[in-house]
Amino acid sequence: MTNTTLTPAAAPNPTQFDIDLRSARVAFGGVDIFHDLDLNLPAGSFTCLLGPSGVGKSTLLRFLADLVEGDVSGNITCSDGTPLKGRIAYMAQQDLLLPWRTVRENVELGASLRGQRPDHDKADRLIAEVGLSNAAHLRPAELSGGMKQRAALARTLMEDRPVVLMDEPFSALDPVNRLRLQELAAQVLRGKTVLLVTHDPLEALRLGDFVHVLRGSPARLQDAITPAGHSPRDITDADILRQQAQLLRQLGANETAAAVSENAQ
Amino acid sequence: MSIPAKHTPLSERRLLKIARPIIIIVALIATWQLTVTLTGAPKYMLPTPVDVWHTLITRYAVLFDHARYTIAETVIGLFAGATLGALAAIPMALFTPVRFWLMPILLVSQAIPFFALAPLLVLWLGFGLASKIAMAALIIFFPVTVAFFDGLARTEPGWLDLARTMGASRWRLLTHIRLPAALPAFASGFRVATAVAPIGAVIGEWVGSSHGLGYLMLHANARVQIDMVFACLLILCAFSITQYFIVDRVLRAALPWQPDSLTPVR
Repeated sequence: MTNTTLTPAAAPNPTQFDIDLRSARVAFGGVDIFHDLDLNLPAGSFTCLLGPSGVGKSTLLRFLADLVEGDVSGNITCSDGTPLKGRIAYMAQQDLLLPWRTVRENVELGASLRGQRPDHDKADRLIAEVGLSNAAHLRPAELSGGMKQRAALARTLMEDRPVVLMDEPFSALDPVNRLRLQELAAQVLRGKTVLLVTHDPLEALRLGDFVHVLRGSPARLQDAITPAGHSPRDITDADILRQQAQLLRQLGANETAAAVSENAQ
Repeated sequence: MSIPAKHTPLSERRLLKIARPIIIIVALIATWQLTVTLTGAPKYMLPTPVDVWHTLITRYAVLFDHARYTIAETVIGLFAGATLGALAAIPMALFTPVRFWLMPILLVSQAIPFFALAPLLVLWLGFGLASKIAMAALIIFFPVTVAFFDGLARTEPGWLDLARTMGASRWRLLTHIRLPAALPAFASGFRVATAVAPIGAVIGEWVGSSHGLGYLMLHANARVQIDMVFACLLILCAFSITQYFIVDRVLRAALPWQPDSLTPVR
């Protein structure tokens, strides 16, 4: 698989507005997870957020989705002047499929929850796009881990929102399935503004136009690394591997190595 | 319970599954007979299995007539209690103030020995079916309410987040996610209720009635017809087990996606 085979297709509904997050602050139990945090998500860009466990990556994502309750402040502005609320789709690490609904019914969940008539043709098309046509009538318990996450992706696409927030959606998958789903996501989300939280530097470099590292307490965003070319990128590429080393340094891999060697002496 | 070895053929395992309850019943009857033989208990203290079987056959019409009442009281009480329990659990899960006002009342109500209420229920609702249905419903109300409320309160947080980003209304969140997600919990409450409902009906009959197996037992006991008492007990047992079995099957069929239906207990 090379970059040349997958040319960026025109997205059906490309996102037209930038998102600007200013002075975001979230505190739990009086302790700031992050404060004075700024982040810009350009229209139609794929941004990845890396960082150690528990640093607040998911919290930042949930902040954008308006899912954090409690001690929260900050401004989210969209360049088209319309609020962000109601324009995002959310995909989590767990597939969050409802066990009593079939794949198709799960994909159509959003419409049911809003009391709208679901667009069955669109659901079937998206189910086909993620390769689940033969499993559309099955319940989640009958699916493999990879199939479940595909169904969750189809449900996310069904919402057809300009902004997609993804919280480690592929981390529970085996390596082969993870690569396949990354490729699929890169393809079907092209043109949308995406923010993906991950702990895998290679995944971030494979998919992201901008790769940020979130570190420290309270957490700070490091300057973005911008891998060249279109996603999904070839992870054996020399530039990508060099940038992976750079990301690992930003994540503090050197410090750990230094600490280990210090202890050894 | 011994788990059959992996190499045991399926037919043999299935045979064991059918044979096991039969073996248990035969063993229990044998123990019963042995106790009578060894202790030399007179018939008016502890009748033999054969005596009780004889009574079951010969007094079938009377037993069946009274069993109808007990069964009706139990089944109606079960559904009344479960409906009331569900109706109490939903507003408690939906509205925090309702929970704060209703939960203490529910907990305090559990301090009342329900059996002590039976005479009052008979006084208020009469000797007929109503007081027994009320008794059965009262006993099962609490387990159903608590189980269902618990299920409603423990909706997977990820589903709530997802629904929120999808713009779900409070009502649709309830009908499309929280209620179905709580149904397995309701089902386990209902199973417990199924097991205890006959107790309510029988206690009600003991306190004041002119029909039912409880009434029959009390009168037979007073006349030292202990074989009759045992016959009533056996019918109650058979009914309770059958009812539980039917309810369990129906609940499993109705909720085919719940974890305990997917991996049947061997």
